[in-house]
Amino acid sequence: MARMKFLCDAERCIECNGCVTACKNEHEVPWGVNRRRVVTINDGVPGERSMSVACMHCSDAPCIAVCPTNVIYQTEEGVVLHDKDGCIGCGYCFYACPFGAPQFPNGPAAFGARGKMDKCTFCAGGPEENGSQAEFDKYGRNRLAEGKLPLCAEMCSTKALLAGDATELSDIFRERVLRRGKGVEAWGWMTAYGKDKEEAK
Amino acid sequence: MKTRIRYMLAASLAASLLAGCGEQPQVAKYEDGKYSGKADTRPWEAGAFKGDKGAWEQAMRNRVRGQNEYKRVE
Repeated sequence: MARMKFLCDAERCIECNGCVTACKNEHEVPWGVNRRRVVTINDGVPGERSMSVACMHCSDAPCIAVCPTNVIYQTEEGVVLHDKDGCIGCGYCFYACPFGAPQFPNGPAAFGARGKMDKCTFCAGGPEENGSQAEFDKYGRNRLAEGKLPLCAEMCSTKALLAGDATELSDIFRERVLRRGKGVEAWGWMTAYGKDKEEAK
Repeated sequence: MKTRIRYMLAASLAASLLAGCGEQPQVAKYEDGKYSGKADTRPWEAGAFKGDKGAWEQAMRNRVRGQNEYKRVE
């Protein structure tokens, strides 16, 4: 079976924050929580790079290892989900996650205001009946059960953010890299400005 | 009496000195937790796919391939 992953192509991401907005809107994410964020390195400097980051649905997820109530689990497809009913809001997962994926509503406050942890679900809902109102209220829409991929990736205008089976994503990325070349030939600077980075400074 | 005390002192001193030789591994043993939340239904089990895993996998494959614009423009 597929192993679901996100892949963000830093050569293509234009920091439009469309993925962030799509996620917020699709799941009616609580105030103070961003399941997905765009991180920019060297912002404003020629050659800056942006990367859309959410839960990476780790194969060996540290959040699962540290959860004292054992309510975080991994589905057959490799999606890391949690049961909000059993969450005690301790925040261990927040400290364990290297990507800051688990977040707590009603923030910002010292150590967060806690409450039930919220995180990216890979648009796979949670442990409630697929497509039910209870599932939507707690976890957001279950697009996977509708045969669709996460909205953040599907609506990405430059297709920088890809989602789906890891092997298929690798094939897409490999083909992309082979076609565009590397360095200044890569999709990005040369395509946008038509001259070398050094000349443009 | 004095000899006995001396022997006891020597024995306790030897025991405390040798205590370091019986070092036990002190690495914490991690025990895997077992998921204790509610059981989840799999994506193909309810809704549009009605338990047809093959159809769901095909739908997902089509969606993933739809992300490859090189294939889309062919």
